[in-house]
Amino acid sequence: MFRQLGIALRAGIVTEAAVTPASPALDDVGPRLQTEIRRLFGRSLHIRQVDAGSCNGCELEIGGLAGPHYDVERFGIRFVASPRHADCLLVTGPVTLNMAEALRRTWDATPAPKLVIAAGDCGRDGGIFQGSYAVVGGVAAVVPVDAVIPGCPPSPAALLAGLLAALGRR
Amino acid sequence: MSALAYALTALGGLGAAGLGLAGWLGHAWSVELLWLVPLAGLALRMDPLAGFFLFLVGATSVPASIYAIGYMRGARRGLGAYAVFLLGMAVVPLAANVPTFLIAWELMALASYALVLHDREDAAAVRAAWIYAVMTHAGLACLLAGMLLMFAWTGSLVFADWRAASATLDAPARNVVFVLLALGFASKAGMIPLHVWLPAAHPAAPSHVSALMSGVMIKLGVMGLLRAGMEWLGVGPPWWGVALLLAGALSALAGVLYAAVEGDLKRLLAFSSIDNVGIILIAAGAGMVFHAAGLETLAVFALAAGLYHTVNHAAFKALLFLGAGAVARGAGTRDLEAMGGLIKRMPWTAAAFLVGALAIAALPPLNGFVSEWLTFQALLQNGLIPRPELNLVFVLALAGLALTGGLAVACFVRAFGIAFLALPRSEGATNAHEAGPAMRAGMGLLVIACVGLALLPTVLLPRLGAAAARLLGDPAPALRHDLLTIAVSGDFATLSMPVVAGALTLGLALLPLLLRLARAPRAVRWSETWGCGRLLQTARMEYTAIAFASPLRRIFDFLYRAEKRLEVEAHPESRFFVRRMAYRNAPRALAEEWLYAPLLIALRAGADRVRAIQSGSANLYLIYVLAALLVLLVLA
Amino acid sequence: MTESGVGGPLVAAIAQALLVALAAPLLVGLVRTVKARLVGRRGPDPRQPYADLVKLLRKDPVVSTTTSWVFRFTPFVLVACMLVASTVVPVLVTRPALSFAGGIVLLMYLFMLGTFFLALAGLDSGSAFGGMGSSREVAVAALAEPTVMLAVFALALRTGTTNLGGVAERLGGEPAMAAHPGHLLAFLAFFIVMLAETGRLPVDNPATHLELTMIHEAMILEYSGPYLALIEWANAMKLFLFMTLLINLFVPWWIPAEAAGAGLFLGLLALAGKLVVLASALAVLETAMAKLRLFRVPELLAGSFALALLSVASVVLLK
Repeated sequence: MFRQLGIALRAGIVTEAAVTPASPALDDVGPRLQTEIRRLFGRSLHIRQVDAGSCNGCELEIGGLAGPHYDVERFGIRFVASPRHADCLLVTGPVTLNMAEALRRTWDATPAPKLVIAAGDCGRDGGIFQGSYAVVGGVAAVVPVDAVIPGCPPSPAALLAGLLAALGRR
Repeated sequence: MSALAYALTALGGLGAAGLGLAGWLGHAWSVELLWLVPLAGLALRMDPLAGFFLFLVGATSVPASIYAIGYMRGARRGLGAYAVFLLGMAVVPLAANVPTFLIAWELMALASYALVLHDREDAAAVRAAWIYAVMTHAGLACLLAGMLLMFAWTGSLVFADWRAASATLDAPARNVVFVLLALGFASKAGMIPLHVWLPAAHPAAPSHVSALMSGVMIKLGVMGLLRAGMEWLGVGPPWWGVALLLAGALSALAGVLYAAVEGDLKRLLAFSSIDNVGIILIAAGAGMVFHAAGLETLAVFALAAGLYHTVNHAAFKALLFLGAGAVARGAGTRDLEAMGGLIKRMPWTAAAFLVGALAIAALPPLNGFVSEWLTFQALLQNGLIPRPELNLVFVLALAGLALTGGLAVACFVRAFGIAFLALPRSEGATNAHEAGPAMRAGMGLLVIACVGLALLPTVLLPRLGAAAARLLGDPAPALRHDLLTIAVSGDFATLSMPVVAGALTLGLALLPLLLRLARAPRAVRWSETWGCGRLLQTARMEYTAIAFASPLRRIFDFLYRAEKRLEVEAHPESRFFVRRMAYRNAPRALAEEWLYAPLLIALRAGADRVRAIQSGSANLYLIYVLAALLVLLVLA
Repeated sequence: MTESGVGGPLVAAIAQALLVALAAPLLVGLVRTVKARLVGRRGPDPRQPYADLVKLLRKDPVVSTTTSWVFRFTPFVLVACMLVASTVVPVLVTRPALSFAGGIVLLMYLFMLGTFFLALAGLDSGSAFGGMGSSREVAVAALAEPTVMLAVFALALRTGTTNLGGVAERLGGEPAMAAHPGHLLAFLAFFIVMLAETGRLPVDNPATHLELTMIHEAMILEYSGPYLALIEWANAMKLFLFMTLLINLFVPWWIPAEAAGAGLFLGLLALAGKLVVLASALAVLETAMAKLRLFRVPELLAGSFALALLSVASVVLLK
């Protein structure tokens, strides 16, 4: 117990100050992303992550957000356990047929005002699964999407930059 | 016709309550009809304690009778027994001599036996009535033996003579009488392990009768214990009180633990009655120990706390039983697993039951909290007794009482939450209907009683103290209080229920205002329960009553000793294809298995032995009689 | 109370309730920040909970069609309980406004009232998670609340009052009284149970996302918007009150008796200092410890109950 604490204390704070993604952070920002929402969620954004048939590549990268290097919590962004608590749905995957209804219900369960951000190329338009008989193809086909963070998978830096851009903080 | 009769019993109850109140406040009188009953005649005597219990009988029978107008729906059966039952209960506290007492006590028992047997088609009810008859008469036998011994040793059948006369008795004699009387009264009160009849008999009776049996009848056992332990036998040794204290703590804990896992709503309430009698016995036992130690003020305080819980329990337990009866009528079941969602179909019953559940879980600002608070404070005063072993007993009782409080919350969250909230789990619950106006009126009266008893401890406590003080044969030592606040032992503890209730109400009233100021949206959007995106919300998704109790079952497994049995019937071709699965996990009733079963086996073996001398020939029996006579003559 | 009239105590009560209500989210934020720092993260601003609450207040509530009025009533009861509780606990001064209203027994049963309604609300949504959370919460509370009461009774028997402020005042006046085995045992029991009651590690993980491991969080999965804000706020107040009670009962120094002048300022400073130390200790503990398996929790709680019982027994026997 004390050894672990000692290691953590010796290492100090490892969070990186600036995040510079390689690619542009936000693909297409929908018209619904207005200043009102930015004002409301500017300092506090609670995210419910929905896996709509993803290969889990995006989830791995999203998991990186909570770690010491990217530390998404310092911006007031947190992942929560229920869409009822959420302001934002972060949806990954090409939306398989089986997950379409579940995604719709999750969207319905989220209290307004709310954001939907599609993460990864699959979420954008189905990615490599585009045209498959088993997918609906893109999150926007099921629920209204406000912003898309591209990448296959998007790196944590890209995700963080995308989230901040959606909130108008960058 | 039956409605009129029940209205009349309600009026009678009102009269009894008035008479009782007058007596409680000090209006003493006595009646003797020497020719009516053999041996000593019929004798009634009113003193404050008798007045208190008569008031309890009368006041509880009013809402119960009003409720019965709707509940019995014109059925005439049981009416006579009900009237006799009420009469018996009203006479028991007033009885001034042994014959009067025993007759009233037996009337009460027989009438309630008939009422338990109300549904003669139901095998469970018949068995319950049988257990009840056996236990109540075993108790009566103990009482009879104790009272006759007192008669033999003091030469009087009049209770009032016993206090003075008992001072001349030697210690073993008094101990024998106390044990006999205590066993008899404790079996009526439902103290563990003499409680076995209670969870069987209370649910079988019609609900207004269950309310009276649980709310009042078992309290008459408590009254008997108080009279026997402190009035009839004078000041006893400390172990009498200690025995009551420990038995009370055990009853309270075991009662609430069995209630917390019970699946039948009325049985659950019956087990919870054992719990509450335990709390009353804790207070009464503490009072007896204080009395034995010569601390009269504290004795009065502890007894007043016990009496407070007595009247509180009468109010909320009667309310809960009436609520359970309304549910049984409205949804057609007593099984928690078949209920659910009743709050939408039966809003009035649900609200009344919620008040009862909050009160019995001793939550502020309702009445159960007041008496539990008083009992805690009474136990905490034990430091004034300079005997470490007695102090330790008090500490154990304190721990038991504290644990009981927490478990009662768990128990009644389950009872109310599973029965009334979320979605209905059965056809009956889906089509449940609200109770009629008479039943609602009965429950409403008791809701008012619960609130009133919570807000007025400063009025009630001194009166209860006065009744208790008379029991000890002392002038009343004063409990300090002003209009709002009760104080115990100077600044040791203070309680102000009106302030607590006021503060909570103020908080509740201010919050919506605060939300308005914060410009929070007021419109609510309705949507399905969040279920991780699954398609249907049905009652099958809900937590069941058995699942809800599962953590407690694990924690207290040493008490439940549940019998776990899994039966799997597989397809003959492969054991991986299961046709039918049955899982059984029922708590065992330890008192029955460890105490009563061996007792019954021994009894049966003894009876087998005795059969050897029973030939059935009249001549032989004449010889037995002759032999017995000879032996007696020789002995004399 | 009657001598000084009603006006004074009423103002004092409202002032103390406001202090607790306003300061509580900061304490939660502080614990989170310290925890983040301990694992090498920069972490959120300690004021983050305020932003969260303000945002939740502005959101539209979504309520399940399965629920009844109990579900919507519960958040209000919860906050009202905590507000009343905050006038009973000695926070800034040893004589809080409602200290006469019922002492430790009242305080515990007020918390129980909140638990009762929250558990009902968990069942009301009809989801399996809600019922599961309720069932676990009441089982934990049933063991935890009596432990707190017994631990405080141990102090009460030594100081001659169950009035919480009175206990703090007496112990603060005579620090030598703390040198008693009963005191230490009571402290241990109280500390363990504080973790359980406020839903912290190792009993419950306030940051978990996995429903099957939840206790408190599972009951409130259905809440949203202003209702959720009220519940989170009440929760923060409960943590604040428990921590304040712990430090003011067991480290009862520099607490002024009445709210006046320099003493009050000193008291505020002392309270803030003690809370920061305790919050940091809590953060270290939560960082260094893993959550217990759910069915190990009762053993921990039974252990702390035994400690509390021993502490009362030792107070009674070692006079």
